[in-house]
Amino acid sequence: MTSSSTRREVQSVAGAGSSLPYAEAPAKGGAVVSHASTGLARQRHLLDIDSLSPEEITSLLDSAEGMLEVLGRDVKKTPALRGKTIVTVFYENSTRTRISFEEAGKILGADVINVSVSSSSVSKGESLYNTALTLQAMHVDALIIRHPHAGAPHFVARHVKAPVVNAGDGMHAHPTQALLDLFTLRQRLGGIAGKRVAIVGDVLYSRVARSGIIGLLRMGAQVVVCGPPTLMPYGWLPGSAPAGSWYEGLEIAESVEQALDGADAVMALRIQQERQDAGHLPDLREYSNRYGINRKRLSLAKEGALLMHPGPMNEGVEISSEVAHGAQSVIEEQVRNGVALRMAVLYALCSRGRDQAAAQERP
Amino acid sequence: MQSNRTVIRNGRVIDPSQGIDRVADLLIADGKISEITGSPLERAPDGHDVIDASGLVVAPGFIDLHTHLRDPGYEWKETLETGTQAAARGGFTTLCAMPNTDPCQDSAAVIDDVTRRAARTGAVRVLTIGAITKGRQGKNLAPMGELAEAGVIGFSDDGDPVSDPNIMRQALSYASSLGLPIINHAEERSLVRGGVMSEGEVATRLGLPGVPASAEAVMIARDIELTALTGGRLHVPHVSTAASVALIRVAKSRGLKVTAEVTPHHLSLTDSWVYGLHGEVPETVPPEAYDTNAKVNPPLRTAADVAALIEALADGTIDVIATDHAPHAATDKVCTFNEAAHGINVLETAFGQVMRLTHAGFISLPELIRRLTEHPAAILGAETGSLAKGRAADIVLLDPDAEWTVRPESFASLSRNTPLAGVTLRGRVVATVFGGNTVWDVRTAAAQTEVATS
Repeated sequence: MTSSSTRREVQSVAGAGSSLPYAEAPAKGGAVVSHASTGLARQRHLLDIDSLSPEEITSLLDSAEGMLEVLGRDVKKTPALRGKTIVTVFYENSTRTRISFEEAGKILGADVINVSVSSSSVSKGESLYNTALTLQAMHVDALIIRHPHAGAPHFVARHVKAPVVNAGDGMHAHPTQALLDLFTLRQRLGGIAGKRVAIVGDVLYSRVARSGIIGLLRMGAQVVVCGPPTLMPYGWLPGSAPAGSWYEGLEIAESVEQALDGADAVMALRIQQERQDAGHLPDLREYSNRYGINRKRLSLAKEGALLMHPGPMNEGVEISSEVAHGAQSVIEEQVRNGVALRMAVLYALCSRGRDQAAAQERP
Repeated sequence: MQSNRTVIRNGRVIDPSQGIDRVADLLIADGKISEITGSPLERAPDGHDVIDASGLVVAPGFIDLHTHLRDPGYEWKETLETGTQAAARGGFTTLCAMPNTDPCQDSAAVIDDVTRRAARTGAVRVLTIGAITKGRQGKNLAPMGELAEAGVIGFSDDGDPVSDPNIMRQALSYASSLGLPIINHAEERSLVRGGVMSEGEVATRLGLPGVPASAEAVMIARDIELTALTGGRLHVPHVSTAASVALIRVAKSRGLKVTAEVTPHHLSLTDSWVYGLHGEVPETVPPEAYDTNAKVNPPLRTAADVAALIEALADGTIDVIATDHAPHAATDKVCTFNEAAHGINVLETAFGQVMRLTHAGFISLPELIRRLTEHPAAILGAETGSLAKGRAADIVLLDPDAEWTVRPESFASLSRNTPLAGVTLRGRVVATVFGGNTVWDVRTAAAQTEVATS
């Protein structure tokens, strides 16, 4: 299959309403087509958000707009990825992210196979290397991997031809979460550049924070982070400029009040019980008192500022129930947008076909 | 077969132990050094085999105080035979085998086994390091007297620190009566937790759990105080941080019996090698990142640490370059970074790596050689590391300017785990002579056969 015929097929599938047997013609179908054909032009994989240019991020978000429309239909099914096989391999328990990817793949007509590997069988069982080779031999069209070790998706990407999507690796990255957060912000605030976003909590262990910070900075947002000093990366002291080009412009706040002051959006990070057990925190009660996002703290942000959370929430710890389910919360929208965004990612990576992916393989 | 007389012709003979640095001929008889001429002879003396060293440096064979030979117990990673062949190619004629074998070197029986088999199959000399504690468990002292009688040159639980300060105190005290050093792997485990690389900018970017520099310094500070308390001898292995260097410098100024070593990789590589691009810091974390061949304990540190280590090596705070040669099989490295074994395969690349320091003007060639020969010999208390008359003819021929590219697939070592694959180094071991016999000569294919049969 040549690339030009691939593009023709893409257009005929997603562009011409008459050829979509299960769906109405998409209202923003043009956007889906034009951007999906260029959206991840340079990418074979989605390992982290730092490999995406602002233009690539924008076209993915544009594509997700069209996908959101598909998601809102009565009959939400398109044959865009019919005949493609997508495998999710989750070495960590996750319900919402796995279901989000599964739904995204299925709406696009792909066959989705879920491989769930409990961490106990990882240590006894097949190595990640052999699992990768096995899936490669089965000619899967995309691999979606979540793993407790940072870099596991990179490792798999070195050994398979199929596109690899990082669905969360250790403390490293969670690019689709960052993209869906950007999507949600753009949709609700009308843009990302110049907006002030506060990220509060366990930044040290959070892959959501790492990818979110990089994505937000790349799109021109002002980003401020805040958390207990024990849960901040090495050298990220209040008032300092963290080392590394990825974090240029990032602010480290002195206090949660300072972080929230004038924010257009506030992102609360999940705090894990383990942090208390490992000595990072006195206890969750003190964390809640000092860093929890509640009505009083949220009132320091701009009027109508958005409240976000990657889920799952510990209500009453990092976020109060009142604000989590209040008027400013966009947490459920984040979940819905996640499906649309993941549709856009899968479509961009899978619709190019195996041949093209193989042609781009490193020598 | 070689005759019992050999002359190494026309080399620049550098022997720091005698202050020699001149172009000369070196004569060997019956496996021992017999003479270094005042200047090159007009022609080779009769009845001598001739090794041409024109344009090359002739130095004492290198001594490695810190080698993991994996034998017995992990023979798929390395054996006494392959490890010593790798040593010959790297210019090392004496290795000190670390005790983290299986069974571990905590009894005379195991020491005797290693010593006997190494004498039979080894291309170069293998000395042994005994365990500090039984089973390297950190709880009860190993039979140090028995081990000393069996010939160990020091004690270490390497790979594991002696965490209990009281056991460390007893070890330093007990070993002092034997005149042998305690080589404690300096790592405060409660600060390491699950850390897999140096804590800092790169670890933050890659989302890998970090090991703070103080995990090493805290333990070294403790060990220095216990050395002062006991009057024992402390040798600090693989120093990796600027903070550790500062502590050792003070300890030496106090007159304590403290020595230290540094590896070629800690002298030349930083934590950015984990990005998988030979030290380059990328704009985008590439698929090559999380290079498990750059995973080592102690971890590769920052450029500031590397600078401090180089300075300490040059000013004598750090006495010795030792390899911490740690061969690992592919299965130990073809996995995620967290899962990967610690360790770098060093013996065959060591000289090319450390020559970088001389080429960059940090340390002269004679001083560099001193840290590979005279200084480790002094710590060992062994009659090696010198070209003095009567000493064993353990000699290395070096081309300090020859460039070569690291090809792990052609290593003599059984393992291939180096982050330097494809890197071009300047400085090459041309030939190695052990006890008067040529055990490696890059110039002749025949020498390779020699290695296998010597």
